[in-house]
Amino acid sequence: MITIQNYVRAQSLQEAWELNQNKRSRIIGGMLWLKMGKTAVHTAIDLGDLGLNTIEETEEAFSIGCSVTLRQLELHEGLNTYFGGAIAAAVRDIVGVQFRNLATVGGSIFGRFGFSDVLTVFLAADSYVELYQGGIVALEEFVKMKKDRDVLVRVIVKKRGGRFAYHAMRNARTDFPVLTCAVGCVEGTYRAVIGARPARARVLYDEKNLLAGIITADSAAAFAEYVAKKMPTGSNHRGSAAYRTHLVRVLTERAVREMGGC
Amino acid sequence: MEITVKLNGRSVSALIEPDLLLIDFLRAQGCLSVKRGCETANCGLCTVLMDDVPVLSCSVLAARAHGHSITTLEGLQTEAADFVGFIADQGAEQCGFCNPGFVMNTIALLRENPDPTDDEIRAYLAGNLCRCSGYEGQLRGIRNYLNSRKG
Amino acid sequence: MEKQYQNVNHAVRKKDAMQLLLGKGVFVDDLAPRDALTVKLLRSPHANAIVESINAEIAKKVPGVVDVFTWEDVPQTRFAIAGQTYPEPSPYDRLILDRHVRYVGDPVAIIAAENEKAALKAMKLIRVKYQVLPAVLDYHTAKDNEILVHDEADWELLLPVGGDNRRNLVSVDEMGHGDVEAVMADCDVVIDRTYHTKACQQAMMETFRTCTQLDRYGRLHVISSTQIVFHVRRILSRALGIPKSRIRVEKPRIGGGFGAKQTAVCEVYPAFVTVKTGRPAKLIFTREECQTAGSPRHEMELRVRLGADRDGHIRALDMTVLSNTGAYGEHGSATVGLTREKTAPLYTGGLEAHRWRSEVVYTNLQPAGAYRGFGATQGIFAVESAVNELAEQLGIDPTVIREKNMVREGMQMPAYYDNMANACALDRCMSHCREMFGWEQRYPVRDMGNGKVRAAGVAMAMQGSCIPDIDMASATVKLSDDGTYNLIHGAADMGTGSDTILSQIAAECMGCSVEDVAVFSADTDVSPYDSGSYASSTTYVTGKAVVKACGELKEKICAVGAKMLSCPVEETEFVGSGVRHTVTGKEVSIADISYHAQCGNTVAVQATASHTSPVSPPPYMVGMAEIELDRETGHVTVLDYMAVVDCGLPINPALARAQAEGGIVQGIGMALYEDVNYNAAGRPIESSLMQYKIPTRLDMGTLRVEFEHSCEPTGPYGAKSVGEIVINTPGPAIAHAIYRATGVWHRELPILPEHIALAKVEE
Repeated sequence: MITIQNYVRAQSLQEAWELNQNKRSRIIGGMLWLKMGKTAVHTAIDLGDLGLNTIEETEEAFSIGCSVTLRQLELHEGLNTYFGGAIAAAVRDIVGVQFRNLATVGGSIFGRFGFSDVLTVFLAADSYVELYQGGIVALEEFVKMKKDRDVLVRVIVKKRGGRFAYHAMRNARTDFPVLTCAVGCVEGTYRAVIGARPARARVLYDEKNLLAGIITADSAAAFAEYVAKKMPTGSNHRGSAAYRTHLVRVLTERAVREMGGC
Repeated sequence: MEITVKLNGRSVSALIEPDLLLIDFLRAQGCLSVKRGCETANCGLCTVLMDDVPVLSCSVLAARAHGHSITTLEGLQTEAADFVGFIADQGAEQCGFCNPGFVMNTIALLRENPDPTDDEIRAYLAGNLCRCSGYEGQLRGIRNYLNSRKG
Repeated sequence: MEKQYQNVNHAVRKKDAMQLLLGKGVFVDDLAPRDALTVKLLRSPHANAIVESINAEIAKKVPGVVDVFTWEDVPQTRFAIAGQTYPEPSPYDRLILDRHVRYVGDPVAIIAAENEKAALKAMKLIRVKYQVLPAVLDYHTAKDNEILVHDEADWELLLPVGGDNRRNLVSVDEMGHGDVEAVMADCDVVIDRTYHTKACQQAMMETFRTCTQLDRYGRLHVISSTQIVFHVRRILSRALGIPKSRIRVEKPRIGGGFGAKQTAVCEVYPAFVTVKTGRPAKLIFTREECQTAGSPRHEMELRVRLGADRDGHIRALDMTVLSNTGAYGEHGSATVGLTREKTAPLYTGGLEAHRWRSEVVYTNLQPAGAYRGFGATQGIFAVESAVNELAEQLGIDPTVIREKNMVREGMQMPAYYDNMANACALDRCMSHCREMFGWEQRYPVRDMGNGKVRAAGVAMAMQGSCIPDIDMASATVKLSDDGTYNLIHGAADMGTGSDTILSQIAAECMGCSVEDVAVFSADTDVSPYDSGSYASSTTYVTGKAVVKACGELKEKICAVGAKMLSCPVEETEFVGSGVRHTVTGKEVSIADISYHAQCGNTVAVQATASHTSPVSPPPYMVGMAEIELDRETGHVTVLDYMAVVDCGLPINPALARAQAEGGIVQGIGMALYEDVNYNAAGRPIESSLMQYKIPTRLDMGTLRVEFEHSCEPTGPYGAKSVGEIVINTPGPAIAHAIYRATGVWHRELPILPEHIALAKVEE
């Protein structure tokens, strides 16, 4: 059971950041994961008063406040139009509506959880995180960074003519995924993102231009084979490395073929 | 610390510990409909409405509810009574322990989407576990209720 | 034409339905005194260890902590917590706290505190030094292992079930009829396969929980979420060393049981705290405790040899079963028996001989117990799978091979204690299900493109309706003020609706409406004796006790009526609305009789009757599954599950259907994803509902359940049972469908997508 000594609704990002410098402080997102731990928290920092619970869409980008819930992502028309429904596809099997009404994009991304559908799908796009101290950092870089005590303020997705497809494999519908797979094509460049390997999601670009030109069944298979060879996988009780590598091939090929309409 | 919550339409103030969970606050306030079936936010038994949005009260700090409106099944007896008879007619309430969370989330569903398809019902209620009924009787009950509303 | 009834065979709403659906406080934790101490258990982190020393002095100083108890504080009398009729076949192998801890999760200390926070803080401060011992974690190696799970001198078995703690054996058994080897040698084909089922969790939504307090007479008053109030009283009396007369056990509404609460998993701990402190206490198991220190299904390995003719006549069945009871022996010998008793009789039609041998072994894993189906589920997965393998090997439609061999009404069943199948609609269940399901169209495998195929599978099942000559029930029916009735019994409605079903039976007997029957259960101080709700016994046995009690009550009412009518009692008849003078036709109303009975009257207008049955008539069932299988990912989507059930006459068809649908979905979970695994140190992996996935409403497809009536002459209004049988068909039917889709037989449950996908890849 988690214990919390103090609860503070931060009135500014500066206040939140300062409180968070104590190693035993925690910013609370949806609190779903935090609650399950046995942490003795000194100060629980609530960002709820900072107005970061909206998705702003401009011609160039989406700016998604860290307190936006997964349910908001699921229902946001603009975001799902740009992602071709991939965002909704990524989050809809996460436990249930009540869970997704609490879980936040900030919590999901900052946690950089291995199993994260959210991280996987955002990595398929030209995405960034805005950190209070660290400024704007490409999501692909952020994934590799060690957890620090900065404050994740927003997730930014630049609209760059992207097309996306999302596939995941679950043993039961609302279980953690055995594997997640997002394929993105941003300004003509393809990438595959594989998560729940079970380690955190990793991006692989189509460096060999296997998908150049019109996608065919053969090119989809070749790219899937390439991704399966290059993407490290591991075992846990939801699936072995061999099965995951098998799924990398199957899901990547399906995602590419979905995008290519073949 | 002190919080003030609009609980089932009534302003309630209480002194609480910072780590008190909303579910425990609500049960202490006499809202015994709010049940706990797990510790991992998976069962949906503790569903309440926070500012009319269904949430898991096991995963919300009571402190976070300060200044917000919380509705439990105790506050929706009339609205629920219309609907739950149809579940009773199927015998799908069974042990009843998951019923309050299920009823709360169904109310939330029908407020959001008054005429859902079977698949929309299944998707919205996926986070409400039930080990007794096999879900099919709950679906029939909801369907019969919706049909009765259409006359 | 089937008889029409006023109250039974009607879909009456449950009497507690609106209270439950509107969220009223009717469960243990809702009723516990506000000042009850919170009880928490410190549990062993080791699979096998001796507590060398334990120091709780610092823990006791935590503000709010009332006391901490260790093995040195508890009585040293061994007991069993299995809810079975005395003398139990389960070994007396437990202490409230034992110095020797035998699985990861075995309690080491009991903490009693004013609140949960203090209790948890204290838990962290208890200093335990363990002497860690090597553990028996593989049940194949348990028998005659040099590591003994129970080496205590006072281990005791009250019944000769073949157990020997010096060999890690809880029971050894052998049964059969005919000469199996001789018939087998004469068969054209012998299927020889080994199947494996894991230790599924009941996962009822309300975890184990009990609150205890001293009542106004200083007696121990226990309010528990239990299926077995009378057994709990007996178990507590022995465990605590206090007389039964000092204990009262009551159940309120129960948030699901499924057999889990046929074992007194949590009652002894808060009861001990109340006895020691005099304070009210409550213990609410966390879900993690429920998953890791509960009472799951026995893991079993079942070897099945099936001998048949080329044309599909099944002539011989030979089964060898190894059952893993974990660290304590609850229900071990009883569950394994059902792997035979509820399988072999299904094939009475042609079976010339059968043999069954079993061993139940101790391991240092979570103790198993009773779970809906109770061994039948494991046995039926194995035997029904073997029959499907036989059918596929012989190229015979699996529904046809069953029709050639199945038990039919009027047959004597050599594998079922030579009982007659007096009520058996299994043949009609099969033809009905085949038609409803569209077997002819769905059995052939259909390629849907995109690597997806659709296929179907089938299985049959049976169960019992009580433990014959052991289970017993009693009911009290009394006439109330205004001509209505009170029904008081000791069975446990755990959501099944048995309170309502028994009221329907009482109403049918008394010729009144169900609303005119006020029902109460179960409380050892108030209820007449009932062995409890398990073994599919409540409708069949308690229902019959209600019928008997009503019969006796009618005679008493007639006696009062005769006085009012000034006629001999022989000239009266009970007509529901009152008592009629058969000569004059004059009638006195039941309301007038009830008032009359309260004034200057010496006839008690109440009756208590008990019932037991020498037979356990089987309900029967056929289940068919259609799946869509993704050959690449191995993912299985259950599209449709259809079943036809013969439970005799369903007393309440809506509730029987809810039982069937719920059981089928549990069976689907068991078939496809409910998994129980341990790490190398014996620690359970699926310790939450986050890791142990029970079906959601997105995981079960569409269900359709129908009934084929039969009329069981020994049951109330022809009823048998329905509570357990319904979990038995999905495992073998889905495994069959997966074979049809892939060409690979999976003989272990659950069948995970990985098993399917990689089996295919390896082909």
